[in-house]
Amino acid sequence: MLRLEKVGKFFGGLPALQDVTMHVPTGRLTALIGPNGAGKSTLINCMTGVLSPTSGSIRFQDQEIAGLPAHRVTRLGIHRTFQNLRLFPRLSVLDNVLTGLTCEGGASMFMAMLRLPYLRHRERRLRLKALEAMDQFGLADKRNWPAGVLAYGDKKRVELARAIVGKPKLLLLDEPVAGLNAEETAAVGEQLRNLRRAGHTILLVEHDMDLVMNIADLVVVLDSGRCIATGTADEVRRNPLVLEAYLGRMEATA
Amino acid sequence: MTGRQDFLYYLTLHRTGLFVTLMAVALVLFPLVEDNPYTLGLTNLIAVNAIVVLGLNLFIGYTGQISLGHAAFFGLGAYGSAIATVTFELPSWPSMLLVAVLVALVALLVGAAVLRLSGHYLAMATLGLNYVVHTVLLQWDEVTGGPSGFAGIPSLNLAGTTFDDPISLHYLLWSFAMVCLLLCLNLVRSGVGRGLAALAGDETAAASLGVDTRAAKVKVFVLSAVLASLAGSLYAHCYQYVSPDTFGIFASTDFVIMVVVGGMGSIWGSVFGAAFLTLMPEWVEFFNKYKDFVHGGILVLVLMFLPQGLITGLTDIIRVRLALWRRDHASA
Repeated sequence: MLRLEKVGKFFGGLPALQDVTMHVPTGRLTALIGPNGAGKSTLINCMTGVLSPTSGSIRFQDQEIAGLPAHRVTRLGIHRTFQNLRLFPRLSVLDNVLTGLTCEGGASMFMAMLRLPYLRHRERRLRLKALEAMDQFGLADKRNWPAGVLAYGDKKRVELARAIVGKPKLLLLDEPVAGLNAEETAAVGEQLRNLRRAGHTILLVEHDMDLVMNIADLVVVLDSGRCIATGTADEVRRNPLVLEAYLGRMEATA
Repeated sequence: MTGRQDFLYYLTLHRTGLFVTLMAVALVLFPLVEDNPYTLGLTNLIAVNAIVVLGLNLFIGYTGQISLGHAAFFGLGAYGSAIATVTFELPSWPSMLLVAVLVALVALLVGAAVLRLSGHYLAMATLGLNYVVHTVLLQWDEVTGGPSGFAGIPSLNLAGTTFDDPISLHYLLWSFAMVCLLLCLNLVRSGVGRGLAALAGDETAAASLGVDTRAAKVKVFVLSAVLASLAGSLYAHCYQYVSPDTFGIFASTDFVIMVVVGGMGSIWGSVFGAAFLTLMPEWVEFFNKYKDFVHGGILVLVLMFLPQGLITGLTDIIRVRLALWRRDHASA
């Protein structure tokens, strides 16, 4: 689905990513882990067009997407959530979820101003889709609230609903359980498993090891801007390089 | 569901249409109640200002940018129509359209060049544009009539009616204003409008949702310039006289203050803001005498305490209070 070849990103002269090569297989849940500052966010920003990689290639369904602007990447079918929530606090929950269907709006500004009947029909259809997604995440009774007043856990779920509602081909989740308590984390884990079972391709960037080890089919470990290990959760857990990255060199601590 | 609930649901579902209808009816009846030419002159001016402010509010409220030069587009529309109809003796309706297209091109040039940059460069660019336009209107005597203005602009004609008295102008100008209001309301309530609201809220998030942020900014900028040009043309035909002073920097900032009073992104607020600032000097002599001080004061106070604008800020507070109240009562 998504294939990265030797992706590099330099900020000024500083390397944030070097020669990252990885693959996100279709229909699987791939997790991207790594210590703080490993370059996970930079990598996800390169994949989604927020940043443009300095070198290397990113191919999505055999189309080169490195350097495309963010909205083009999204229109190809890669939707994402953000580590630090990026909801629209003044819009209602329903409108927030509806923004996830921007790509399907498909009308010019001029058409929208005339409010032609076909647009009204389409709008109704989008509304139904959004309500369905909100049901899935237990948000239906809060649909008219301004998103800004929701509790943190609910905001996280609105973001998930917004990313999922457009039926993306690839879903990128940037730390979806950061800041949630154990109970909420388990609930999100269950939802992710459901999405995976429904056939979604997911790339999960996460700090929460328990969650990753429980639900990921494939784990990619990033350290200091380099990809140091790839494999199943068990393989990665036993990999000495990974242990070193997370726990520090044995000699250094001894 | 009881009949009363059905009725209330129907009202909330169609509230925008209802408000528009109510306002249209009120406007149709207004000249029957109030036929004082002076008052009608004022309400007509509100209609002209409202058209500019509607466009400017879309731009400020939905792209998060600021234009400090909309009086330039307003002026280009007014002088464009004046020159086309008097100097070139073209028919007035087609020239209005032609001028709007030319102004759209100017806005496209400025917007496409400047909106590539992030940050508030457009504010500077439009400020500069306003200076240039104002200076040209003032100095290019042979074409614009210079400081003494441009007189003798013909009134508009439609189906045998000449719009040259306050009452017929009331119907003409408010028809235009209401159509613009309706178009803007439609835009804002559409999927495209939601994309724009996203853009105003968070540019990175909007781009990640598939909004072409740069194109959207340029399009809304051009749209707002076209509305300003249209308002300018109407202004010229309505007063049959234009002078450069109407289109200076202070006119631009006044439009911005109307947006701020009405509230960023509020279409109804735009009409309110235009009305409030047009009428205020009439109510209190002090405001008229120290107009610029008062306008500056309003701008500072609103932006300090209600950064979303007066009306939007107040409705936001009410909405949040209501939602919080409901949340607490739902959990209790």
